[in-house]
Amino acid sequence: MLTVTGLEARYGAILALRDISLTVEEGELVALVGPNGAGKSTTLAVIAGLHRPSRGSVLFEGKSLAGRAPEDVARLGVSMVPENRGVFPTLTVAENLRLGAYLRRDGEVARDLERLQERFRVLAERATQAAGTLSGGEQQQLAIARALISRPRLLMLDEPSLGLAPTLVDRVFELVAELHREGVTILLVEQNVRRTLEVADRAYLLQTGRVEASGRPAELRELVDIESVYLGGAQRPAAQAGGPAVGSP
Amino acid sequence: MDAEFVAQFVLNALSLGSLYALMALGMAIVFGVLRLVNLAYGELIMVAGYTLFVLNDSPLPWLFVAGAAVLAASLASMLTERVAFRPVRTNSLNAMLITSFAVSTLLQNAALLLVSPRTRAVNVPGLLTQSLEIAGLRVSVANLMTIGVSLGLLFGLNLLLRRTTLGIALRAAADDFPMTRMLGVRADRVIAAAFAISGVLAGVVGLFWIARVGSVVPTIGAGPLLIALIATVIGGMGGLAGAIAGGYVLGALTVGMQLLLPPGLIDYRDAFTFGIVILVLLIRPQGLIPGRQSARVG
Repeated sequence: MLTVTGLEARYGAILALRDISLTVEEGELVALVGPNGAGKSTTLAVIAGLHRPSRGSVLFEGKSLAGRAPEDVARLGVSMVPENRGVFPTLTVAENLRLGAYLRRDGEVARDLERLQERFRVLAERATQAAGTLSGGEQQQLAIARALISRPRLLMLDEPSLGLAPTLVDRVFELVAELHREGVTILLVEQNVRRTLEVADRAYLLQTGRVEASGRPAELRELVDIESVYLGGAQRPAAQAGGPAVGSP
Repeated sequence: MDAEFVAQFVLNALSLGSLYALMALGMAIVFGVLRLVNLAYGELIMVAGYTLFVLNDSPLPWLFVAGAAVLAASLASMLTERVAFRPVRTNSLNAMLITSFAVSTLLQNAALLLVSPRTRAVNVPGLLTQSLEIAGLRVSVANLMTIGVSLGLLFGLNLLLRRTTLGIALRAAADDFPMTRMLGVRADRVIAAAFAISGVLAGVVGLFWIARVGSVVPTIGAGPLLIALIATVIGGMGGLAGAIAGGYVLGALTVGMQLLLPPGLIDYRDAFTFGIVILVLLIRPQGLIPGRQSARVG
């Protein structure tokens, strides 16, 4: 469904992505893990059309995304929940959700909205409240609900557990697993490697803009001392950089 | 201070404040989505003025002529966006700012060449120069109409921004433009809409501004531009509510100075007004109702 090949991206003189290749199949939950500055968020930004890659290609259902405007990427069914959650603080909760359905032209938006409000009770209770007054966890729910109401073909979540209290972190990972079971295709970026490998079908370990290792969670744990990578440990993983992507379909 | 004096002050302050609020709002709505201080904003008022001048001898009723002037200002606003701002939008903010200065100079010189550098009289309907007597108070029709039309426009704009999807998208874009685009909202569409609304506001302001002066010159936009700038700064750059508040505060301040200053100092009215503005900003540098900082369109 999504095929990223040889992606390179810069921020000015800084090379944020050196060589990123990955795939996401329909219905899969694929995770990008790795330490700060590994290029996880930049990879999502490039796919979403926020950042133009200097090299490489992004194919989504056969169409090239590289260099496409964010609104055009959204029109192909790619939905993004950015790291800062991206809720519009001065808009009400209901208005945020209404914009989430901006591209929907069918008559089932009201029904979807009802279902989402059953799932995220607080969004119904606070419908007329400014989104900026919600707590971090509530804002995260709003951001995810707003992405879901567009009925995305691919849902990209950037660090959804960041800055949340431990119980809310549990809730976020439960939610991601739930969405996955319901058949939503998800590309998840996370720093919480342990929890992520519990829910993901496959994962890519990124470090300094490259894919260091990839595979199913069990395989990845064998290949790499994940915790040390997460903590920014300098030791090289057992698998050499650019090695074959183990277990990718 | 007697009641009549107070009533007169309130009415004049509301009238001038309404006009200033519309000016500031037209500026703020573009600033909200683009972070652009549009220095060519005053020239939209000029466009409205020259449209009135060109249609001076037309047999059309004044309301149509006024509508044409507003439409011309709005079209000019959208045209400047399409031709001048869109190509430099992804460059630095400075590039856009300088572009707006160039557009301003260009439009002024166009008026200079095509019409005349000299003042041109514009027909003002007799109604706008009359005054009524209400409860023993002399009230100019122009003032009443300024207040009425402005409040109507503010009410309509509020409906647009809260009830329509386009309006909500405009507010969202002011909060977080990249995120708005990631929901599928076209950047071009939102920005064009902001310029169209900005132009309508400038056009309406132009009508009342020119009705006050009775004439139009190529440099007529300079005053309103300065007022819009100061009002948005007082109100707090970035927020629409702030721009409106800033407009009314500046209007009240100007009228207050006019009434309260001793005759010998009236010539220095603006110096006193802006002195107070500086004081306000020393105490509240973020403005009365600070707007939000957000990422710009890329």
